[in-house]
Formats: sequence, structure tokens, C-alpha cells
Amino acid sequence: MSTDTHSHPLLDVRDLCISFTSRGQSIPIVENMSFSMAGREILGLVGESGSGKSVTAMALMGLIDAPGVTITGSVRFKGQEILGLPAREFRALRGREIAMIFQDPMTAFTPVYTIGWQIDEQLRVHNKFSRKQARTRTIELLAEMGVPDPANTANRYPHQLSGGLRQRAMIAMALSCNPSVLIADEPTTALDVTVQAQILDLMRKLRTTHGSSILLITHDMGVVAETCDRTLVLYSGRVAEEGTTQDLFAHPQHPYTAALLASIPP
Amino acid sequence: MILPLLRRMGQTVFVLFGISALVFAVFFATPGADPTARIAGRNAAPQTMEKVRKEYGFDRPLPVQYAIMMKKLFITRDLASYANRGELVVPEIMRAAPVTLSLVTGAAIIWVVLSIGMGVLAAACKGSWIDRLLMMVGLIGISIPVFWLGQVVNLITQNRYHDTWLFSWVPGLGYVPFTQSPLAWFRALVIPWCVLAVMFVGIYSRILRADLVATMGEDFMRTARAKGLSPSRVLLRHGLRTALITFVSLFGMDFAQLVGGGALLTEVVFGLPGVGRLTYQALNSLDLPLIMATVMYSAVFVVLANAVVDAAYLFLDPRVRDVH
Repeated sequence: MSTDTHSHPLLDVRDLCISFTSRGQSIPIVENMSFSMAGREILGLVGESGSGKSVTAMALMGLIDAPGVTITGSVRFKGQEILGLPAREFRALRGREIAMIFQDPMTAFTPVYTIGWQIDEQLRVHNKFSRKQARTRTIELLAEMGVPDPANTANRYPHQLSGGLRQRAMIAMALSCNPSVLIADEPTTALDVTVQAQILDLMRKLRTTHGSSILLITHDMGVVAETCDRTLVLYSGRVAEEGTTQDLFAHPQHPYTAALLASIPP
Repeated sequence: MILPLLRRMGQTVFVLFGISALVFAVFFATPGADPTARIAGRNAAPQTMEKVRKEYGFDRPLPVQYAIMMKKLFITRDLASYANRGELVVPEIMRAAPVTLSLVTGAAIIWVVLSIGMGVLAAACKGSWIDRLLMMVGLIGISIPVFWLGQVVNLITQNRYHDTWLFSWVPGLGYVPFTQSPLAWFRALVIPWCVLAVMFVGIYSRILRADLVATMGEDFMRTARAKGLSPSRVLLRHGLRTALITFVSLFGMDFAQLVGGGALLTEVVFGLPGVGRLTYQALNSLDLPLIMATVMYSAVFVVLANAVVDAAYLFLDPRVRDVH
């Protein structure tokens, strides 16, 4: 996508530390996390619940604004430091350059607006689109994500769609402004197995059709094996191991990784 | 959308019938009491008793009595009060209704605007001193009895400080019809509006704040922020729009209850000849036809408002639309 990916990695995280203050005590959630992502790469972030995966995603999106949270380190996006960016500038990036897909597509859409309205909204916040232009683009996007009868589906409310369709709509919304980085936080956990496979398939295609890099957060090693180029294993807030998915599965270095691999049902 | 609305209207008609039958039964079919004597009033002459018995058909079966009563209420509208020397009851209510409607509508506008403003501001500044101050003000509003507040306001604006520059515009107690002079109507009502609205501002702002704060923790609010929307857009278009569903249903019920006579205390304190005050007078003089008519009137309002609230629900919440 961008031409300067050779000089800078697309996303470069250095020594990211996140800690919450509770009763005067500082509790570290993520410690010294470093990784980088290249263009069109799918990077897996795995670990058990509570290992700091989702908090990392929220920090990258600049969505942590609770009092008592300290974030230090550096997050560079296309060479620009985004940690501590003023709220207004971060907002312009959010949804346009870095977008996010959430775990449960049922609760992640506002229940009182149609799917189309919600995708239009994101398009119109970041682009000078008329209502009509936005809707045309929305229908295109839904069609690209394999939503049948997209013009009609755009006029439906979230509760009227199946889980799989909702997640496709969610991905369409995240991709609406052609972001360079897509953060997917457990995108298939709330879906049943066959739909899961379809959604993962769709996400693999995105890198060729949209040129997006994807940070895939999951606790499912099966999903990682199928989808990711490289994988980062997180264990209680620290990076336990990092490598290409193939290497990691063939020769796990860290005992935790080995244990995770052993947890895949045969 | 059309079908659920029609179904709801059918239900309303059914409920209205049920309520009218129930009200009728309570007043006229209570075992062991002669409705004739109660309609005719205290110490009525035997001739009057006979006349009432004939007129209301109390010598005929109950369904016929019910039909006569409904005809007198809704069709011929000649239900007369004996306690009050033949005053026709329905026109009396029709004269009182606009007063109550003016009072309640104005107060409702004030309380909706103020409570949305206060609730949103408090939720946006959750945990700060602004939040705590606003909620404290709300609590004070809820705690002040409306009759006391009304009397104190009257004391200040009518009596002690009436001749100062601040309150010299305040007219004497009473009501001026809008059709007679809009300005005088406004001046006569603006203080009652504020007094009546105080408690509701307190209740509604606190409820809205609580709802908004709960909504802020929802996943879709995080999605809205992740889309890059401004904080005010996230709060108003996504948060407030969702939280308003509860607000609207509560509002419908309170509004109906007030129009149906619940603004009694405010009406009495400010000398406004509304439905509440009429009911109060009817109860004082045990004027049975008038009591019956005001009860029916307020029941009709509550049921109609309920139907309107449900229609608003269908409009506001797409999930409700698909339930049927």
C-alpha cells in the first residue's frame, strides 16, 4: 500500500507497557511488548484470557481513556508516533487508517440503526460523501464481503441478521475507509464452526483485495495455524515467543507455547 | 409497522371498554348500596329519587344501566349533577380539560428539555463535581413537595415581593384562555409550569443519567468510538438515542397521569380550574356523576397515552417491531 513501508514497518510497537492503578497500587497488564507488522501481513496475537491481548488492541486504537491507566512505550504507525497523539488527530486515524472488528457482532452494532446507516456514518465521518454516495459504497462493500442481496440487507437492523452476516457487515464497516491496519479481536469466537471458516476465508482474501494488514487476536491455535503468517505468543502480559507460524508450530521454544499447541483438540 | 399499530389500536378499544365497565360496576353495581340515593345526593326528596331511578334505568337490568350511562357520557352528554343543581357534567369537564392540558404540556416541555440537558451533561462528566452537583439538584427537586413549593412561590411573587421589578409582571392567580390572549395565558401559566416541572426534572435527569452511564459500557459504544466518531456524536447519536427508549415510555405514563387529573395539587395551589381541581370538588361534595365522569376521563387519557407510548416504542426500537 504505502510506499515507505521499506523504510518503516507499517506498525511498530516498542516497549509497550500498560498498567492499571487500583487502590494506589500499579498493576502491570502488558509489559515491554515489542513487535512490528509489515504491509499485507497477518500477525496472530495468541494467549489465554487475561494475557493482555484485548487491552493491547484497545491501546493501539487509542480507546483506553479510563483514569488510572498508564501507557508507556512507543507505537509508530507509518513512522509517526501515535501514542499520546491529541484526541482529535487520533480520531482522524481511527476507523480510517486503523480499524477494528469486535468479537460479538450482535452487541457491537447499535441496535436502533440499520446496518447500512452505521456503515454510511463511518464513510461520511472520514470522507466528504453525500448520503447517496455513501450508500452506494456501502452496498458495494457489503457485496464484496459476500453479503447476499446487499441493497436490501443495508436496510435491515442488526437483530434481523444472522451472526455470520452481522460479522460480514462488521468487516465491511471496518474496511469502509480502506484502513492499512485491521485489528480483529476474536472475530470468530461468537460464531459457529462453519461460519467461522467462511469468515477466516474472507479475512485471508482481504489482504489481496484490500491490501490490509491484519492483527488477529485469538485464543484458538487452530485459527492461528490456518490464517496467520507470523504469530506472537502472549503470556501474562509479556511476549513469550515470536516467529513465523510454521516455525512456531514445528519447534515451539517456550514451554507455554508447547502447552498451547498441546491444547488443540486432535 | 402498520400491522402492529392496528393491533395495538384494537387492544386500546378493548381496554377502554373494560375500564368503562369496571368503573361503572364500581359505582353502580356495588352490592348493598342503592346508586339512586347516591346520585340524587344527600337528603334527596322522594320525587327526585323516583326521577333519578327512571332516568338512569335503575329499575332495569345492569347491561341496560351500563348502556344508558355510556349514552349519557359519550353520545347525548347530558349526564347531570344533582348535588350541583343540574349542572351538566360533560361540558364541565370539557371546560376544565384545556386548562389542565395547557398546564401539563408547558411543564412537560420544560421538564423534558431540562432533564435531557442535565442527564446528558451529568453522564458526560461522570464522576466529576458537575455530575454530583446536577444529581444533587435533581434529588432536591424530587424531595420538594409541589404544594409547598407552589405556596412559597406564591408568597414571594404574589405577596411579599410582588411590587419589586422582578415580579411585578406576575398576574393574580387564575387562568386566562389562550384564545383570549396568548400573552396573558403564558404569564398566568409560566410559574405553575416551572413549579410542576421541578419534581419531574429531578426524576427524569437522574433516570436518564443512569441509563446513559449503563449504555456507555455497551459494546456498540466502543464500536462507535472505534469508527472515529467525535465524543459528542457517540454520546448523542448512539448513547442518548438508545437510552431515550426508557425515557419516552416513562414520559408517556407521567404525562397521561397528569392530564388525567394528577396535577391536582398544582391546580389547587394556583387556582387553575382544571380537571384535577374539578375531581377534588366532586369528591368534596360527593357528586357521583361528576366523579364517575372524571374517573372515566382520566382512564381514557391513561389508556390513550399508553397506546401512544407503544406506538412510539415501535418507532424508536426496531427490535420491538419484529416481536409479533
